[in-house]
Amino acid sequence: MTTRWIEVSVGAFVVAAGLAFIVLAMKVSGLDYRSDDKSTYTVYAHFNNVGGLKPRAKVTMAGVTIGRVDSIQIDPQWYDARVTLKIDNSMKNKLSEDTSAMILTSGLLGENYIGLIVGAEEEMIQDGGQIRDTQPALVLEDLIGKFLSSMGKE
Amino acid sequence: MISFLQTTGKRVLDILAGLGRSAQLLIAALLGVRYVLKNFHLLIKQIYVTGVLSIAIISVSGLFIGMVLGLQGYSILVDFGAEDALGQMVALTLLRELSPVVAALLFAGRAGSALTAEIGLMKATEQLASMEMIGVDPVKRVIAPRLYAGIIALPLLCIIFSVIGIWGGMLVGVEWLGVFDGSYWGNMQASVTFGHDVLNGIIKSIVFAIVVTWIAVFQGYDLIPTSEGISRATTKTVVYGSLAVLGLDFVLTALMFGDF
Repeated sequence: MTTRWIEVSVGAFVVAAGLAFIVLAMKVSGLDYRSDDKSTYTVYAHFNNVGGLKPRAKVTMAGVTIGRVDSIQIDPQWYDARVTLKIDNSMKNKLSEDTSAMILTSGLLGENYIGLIVGAEEEMIQDGGQIRDTQPALVLEDLIGKFLSSMGKE
Repeated sequence: MISFLQTTGKRVLDILAGLGRSAQLLIAALLGVRYVLKNFHLLIKQIYVTGVLSIAIISVSGLFIGMVLGLQGYSILVDFGAEDALGQMVALTLLRELSPVVAALLFAGRAGSALTAEIGLMKATEQLASMEMIGVDPVKRVIAPRLYAGIIALPLLCIIFSVIGIWGGMLVGVEWLGVFDGSYWGNMQASVTFGHDVLNGIIKSIVFAIVVTWIAVFQGYDLIPTSEGISRATTKTVVYGSLAVLGLDFVLTALMFGDF
């Protein structure tokens, strides 16, 4: 067991751990998606109720993930939720002005995410633009309440 | 009655004295950082012994624990139609709990016991005493490099453990059971946060590294220099090290993830 071999193997050990750390940071926690703002652009959407939507939830179109929710804030002017979306640059200038957004749930118990539905207009949403046509999240309590009140009327 | 009080008092005083000696040893060894940096080859040698030689056991157990997580997680999640969440379950379990804890337990058994036995035999054969005779401080020469090597090696092993475990979970979940690999990684990336999950796991692992290595070198340095004393100290290292890791894990988890 020469000193050289010991040093080489320790070097390899440290490098392997460093690579593993990078994998954890990039591949597992998806850190690159946030820090690398150049590959995405920003679109805002206002919802009456975001339900259980959380930052980092996915934004899909036709079931394909095309972006992520960056942040969710209350808009003190209209008292609705202002959701900042980061959309992939590959979809830049491909979302029309009348694209609609709705908050969906994956599966019965799954997480909330945003689904976009394509519009027909010629004008495209620019960086920093806004999606006007939005549908709030389905809140189960509201549904049950409506169901019960409609039961009472009959 | 008096003799009962006396034995109780003696035991308490002994425990306190032991704690005091271990704290003295820890501080003296940590203050030896300049000696360690000046004699860097000592540190490299110890990282080789504690870290590189533990890679095999760490990667094999990481792989199997990841595979078991994938299998068990799938069989539970598939009942709810939520097998897409497998990636996030495997990754969060490994990053937050299993890899710091299991890596530290394996480290206590694999490297900690070896440290204790080595230092203990040095003491029993009076190598430590003769070092002192020729004017070399055994705490700086022997203890400090081992302590620092342990503190460096275990977090690195823990990171490797996590990555191999997540890969093992993917092997079972995606390749064998047919979870869509996009949702395996996508759900994982959506739910794992770097600051909250990855860094907290590494902080846990650093704390465990300090505690386990500290216990190991102290048990070696403080043992009764006989063959029986060495065997007893080695056992103590593994038992105390494992208990300390499991106990501290609860405290750290409560501090890190307890605020709902």
